[in-house]
Amino acid sequence: MNASAPAVSRFDHAAAASGRSLWQLAWLRLKRNRAALGAAIVLGFIVLLVTFGPILSQYSYSEPHWDSISAPPSLETGHYFGTDSIGRDLYVRTLYGGRMSLMVGLVATGVALLIGVAWGAIAGFVGGRVDNLMMRIVDILYALPFMFLVILLMVVFGRNILLIFVAIGSYIWLDMARIVRGQTLSLRQKEFVEAAEALGVRSWVIIWRHIVPNLLGIVAVYVTLTVPKVILVESFLSFLGLGVQEPNTSWGALVNNGAQDMEFAPWGLFFPAVLLAATLFCLNFLGDGLRDALDPKDR
Amino acid sequence: MLARFIVKRLLGAIPTLLILITIAFFMIRVAPGGPFDADKTLPPEVQANLDAKYNLDQPLFTQYLNYLGSVLRGDLGPSFQYSDFTVNELIAEGFPVSIQLGASALALALLFGVLIGTTAAWYQNTRLDYALMGTAMTGIAIPNFVLAPILILIFAVYFGWLPAGGWGNGELRNMVLPVIALSLPYMAYVARLTRGSMVETLRSDFVRTARAKGLPEWKIIGKHSLKVALLPVVSYLGPAAAAILTGSVVIEQIFGLPGMGRYFVQGALNRDYTLVMGVVIVIGLLIVLFNLIVDIVYALIDPRIRYE
Repeated sequence: MNASAPAVSRFDHAAAASGRSLWQLAWLRLKRNRAALGAAIVLGFIVLLVTFGPILSQYSYSEPHWDSISAPPSLETGHYFGTDSIGRDLYVRTLYGGRMSLMVGLVATGVALLIGVAWGAIAGFVGGRVDNLMMRIVDILYALPFMFLVILLMVVFGRNILLIFVAIGSYIWLDMARIVRGQTLSLRQKEFVEAAEALGVRSWVIIWRHIVPNLLGIVAVYVTLTVPKVILVESFLSFLGLGVQEPNTSWGALVNNGAQDMEFAPWGLFFPAVLLAATLFCLNFLGDGLRDALDPKDR
Repeated sequence: MLARFIVKRLLGAIPTLLILITIAFFMIRVAPGGPFDADKTLPPEVQANLDAKYNLDQPLFTQYLNYLGSVLRGDLGPSFQYSDFTVNELIAEGFPVSIQLGASALALALLFGVLIGTTAAWYQNTRLDYALMGTAMTGIAIPNFVLAPILILIFAVYFGWLPAGGWGNGELRNMVLPVIALSLPYMAYVARLTRGSMVETLRSDFVRTARAKGLPEWKIIGKHSLKVALLPVVSYLGPAAAAILTGSVVIEQIFGLPGMGRYFVQGALNRDYTLVMGVVIVIGLLIVLFNLIVDIVYALIDPRIRYE
């Protein structure tokens, strides 16, 4: 390494100026990707709106106002997004629904992340018969019409927010397990894993200290692309009337209600639909941008 | 070779279906509430007679084995809710509707998705490309249960060109809106997939060779590149078909179409065990069969894949 000292020191300067870690490089490239950056900003705005927006309204999300039923949006009355068919303020409800949708998205993705990474990393690292068995299980589960089982689950055990998290999370981890396993298989061959094994480090320490950190890039991409998927699944369930329960709400439930009254009160459909679509749009764009930014092929 | 591959894949599908039936069977049976729950409780003798008629009085595991046996014989049992019909009859009624809907949506998504994706790749990094891919991204982001009411509002309520729902006798005008609503998100996804792999293919050596030989551009794209570029699209068809069948549940609900999806939701809400199980089994079978076809097609168009 020290043989060509001048070249190395020159290289070091350039490298020190621009930063070398995967994440620094990725950040630089992401910043140059206007679409992804724009998506991140809009997403940040939606999160802020959903979190703090309800404070700006005098109304609560559950209280009906019988004197203003299906009222159109108006700045004067304070019903910025209008009201629904029993006079509840849609501005506050839409933002509450957004909280619910985003929360379901994050928590279920978290569940998928935990199971998927552990499953995939163990299968890929241990290999052999264990790997075969574990991935065969994933294959079998993959072929099931899971949405139907989830619907069944919701109907059978009642609408319970915790159950939604578990049900969606336990279905969405399959992709994650496959991706992580593939990545682990190739990491398994790397010298640093061999070195750690030669030093006598225990398997689970190698998995946790050496494999998992190297999976973070692909996992980050996958998480950004999974959250919109989960939000969509939850909306789908809520649309069928199987999701969150009244007076709680989510974007899917609001879209469902809005669709029923759309002929005379289109605002009930418009606002939640636009926010839902914008969120999904931004998350997909951000995920694509992250994938490009972290792709070591185009360095 | 091919026959052995098919047989092997079919055998591989058996555990999948078995697990599916088992999960669905036990999940719905451990649930509180039964098919004959009404506002007033039935006299115990009537309840006992009902249970005996539908074999609900036997131990759960015996019921499970009985059910498996009759499914193997192709008999999905009587419906609890629609007591004059067997599940086979109900599914035979809804199946054609769902299949017509799903197959049309898949064909539409495939045709236009590939067309749009190829066009975008051909005009790569031009305004047209950005416009097409921006639209595709929007298409992916708008769920079909949002799209469907909007389409109804525009084309049925405001313009009155098409019916807002109903199936009639499966006329084209009844199918247009549901099929479009069902297929658009997948069309958008296929377009993105096609563009991505087409862009990569157009950069490859054999395309350069074809250009050097002076082949016309339409031949390079239509004949040489498309065959390679379609591989990822073909492997997406399996998941897409499953997703379209699932989406069909919502679309049938919104447009009031008499397909399997509607039976499924109603059946689940009414605890019509046999009907729900029947729909789940038929859908599972469809997905397994479709995946098999996709695998065969894939092996046929990609010579690098060998049937193991």
